Amino acid sequence: MVIAVNDLMQLHRPASTPPTSHPVVMEAVGLSVSYGAFRAVRDVDLAIRRREITALIGPSGCGKSTVLRCFNRMNDLVESARVEGRLTYHGIDVYGPDADAGEVRRRIGMVFQKPNPFPKSIYENVAFGARVNGRRSKAELDELVERSLRGAALWDEVKHRLRASALSLSGGQQQRLCIARAIAIEPEVLLMDEPCSALDPVATAYIEDLMHDIKERYAIVVVTHNMQQAARVSDRTAFFTTEVADHGDRRTGVLVEFGRTADVFSKPADERTERYITGRFG
Amino acid sequence: MTAPVSLVGTVGIGRRIRDAAFRGLLYAAVGVALGTLLVLLVDTVNQGRPKIGMDLYRNFPSARPARAGIQSAIYGSLWVVGLTAVMSLPLGVGTAVYLEEYARRDRWYTRLIELNIQNLAAVPSIVYGILGLAFIARGPLGWGPTIRTASLTLTLVVLPTVIISSREALRAVPPSLRQGAVALGATTWQTVWRQVLPGAAPGISTGSILAVSRALGESAPLLLLGGLAFISFNPPAGPAALESPYTVLPIQVFQYATDARQEFHVIAAATIVVLLAMLLLLNGAAIAIRNRYQRKW
Repeated sequence: MVIAVNDLMQLHRPASTPPTSHPVVMEAVGLSVSYGAFRAVRDVDLAIRRREITALIGPSGCGKSTVLRCFNRMNDLVESARVEGRLTYHGIDVYGPDADAGEVRRRIGMVFQKPNPFPKSIYENVAFGARVNGRRSKAELDELVERSLRGAALWDEVKHRLRASALSLSGGQQQRLCIARAIAIEPEVLLMDEPCSALDPVATAYIEDLMHDIKERYAIVVVTHNMQQAARVSDRTAFFTTEVADHGDRRTGVLVEFGRTADVFSKPADERTERYITGRFG
Repeated sequence: MTAPVSLVGTVGIGRRIRDAAFRGLLYAAVGVALGTLLVLLVDTVNQGRPKIGMDLYRNFPSARPARAGIQSAIYGSLWVVGLTAVMSLPLGVGTAVYLEEYARRDRWYTRLIELNIQNLAAVPSIVYGILGLAFIARGPLGWGPTIRTASLTLTLVVLPTVIISSREALRAVPPSLRQGAVALGATTWQTVWRQVLPGAAPGISTGSILAVSRALGESAPLLLLGGLAFISFNPPAGPAALESPYTVLPIQVFQYATDARQEFHVIAAATIVVLLAMLLLLNGAAIAIRNRYQRKW
């Protein structure tokens, strides 16, 4: 057991996070999500900090993706979804009466599990966010597209074919394009829902390097199934698991433990966390 | 030593015969359908051959076979079908977008609308003819036997088909595309207009052209709506055409084919060939659009 944990910790990058904590950008207090009568996840308390990568890990069905999709109100698209508890962005209620879902999503960007570029040119993919959020001049758009593609470490590969279809890119390039598209709207928070699960190891390494490079400018929340990935890239880790509800046979997700990644992996406070990260459960 | 490998089939002879028999049955089914169509087509072309030519186009409908043609029916058909397309496309696509992208599926009225549209698609067109006669030609609108009456009635005939095929095209656009747009701060309308509709456009146009080509062949409702067989003038160019009396190709076929004189049957066959050519052209366009813009997600 000890050996396994040490292996994981060796993968962890040299601590780039100083012991002092960065300011909190988003905070969930007693967050619960239900789909109809089914409660998917309950009573989640989380704090997302600037310049840090927060990893959400846990077995399938533990509600980690559901929690992530609350942060930018993507659950609004599911008619039966109901969110309870409090979720704030700089102290403002994300689900409050004054919060517009579009404005929330402009500030809190998202990258999906499967690369989902629009069937348009590379340029138009990156420019889409700017186009729907108000007009800009051609020169401004050009500059934005280049800056965003550079930010996603894709510029050198595509600069000569910006007008080519985004679908002509490889899977890893498509996912970096989706990251470029997300950072082009200049969000403060970047949500990533298993961004590497559809990619090969080389492309995965590219994305992980990229996450590490850009975290200075964003608060990143990443859902991952991959323990090593969480250990490698994240500063804080939230471990979710499932518990059988009082009635019925469906399982509700709960947050077990949330802390610095080094602590969660080397000296987990909860026995369930320890069993999961050592591979004895899940 | 292991047992020698053999690839000789162990399937019994009875099963093989059944397999072959079933295959033969399926070939026969396809053959009967295609064969009937081919025989009808060849027969019609043969019968109408003497009249297929420029005279058919140059002359107007007439009670005298030697001078009878179909010019006003060709232009009448173009006007009626064109107007039907202009009215049914925005209405049909709009309804489809509402049902697919905006309507809440868990509401009773959404299900009621869906159920109604599916039922309307199965209503015989003659029923729409009666409706058009009561409410459009006479009754509240009182438009009389004019092109706009015919187009509005045919719009009602094809609308359910346009809605259903447009919805299918919209549903074929992957949800991940909508999520991608929404996650960048796009409103529902921006998502629909900039991503979903362009993605669904080939499917929508294919389905709509096929629906509209149905209007081209409709005769039953128009017989009720006062499409006249002997119209010796074309609809005027411009908006005045809306209030013009009219004839269309299917009515002309009906008129000529029911005449007792043999010469008119030749003209009817020739008119059918013209109608079929126009239908093939429309359907060909639909296929061309589908192949040209087919998307891979």
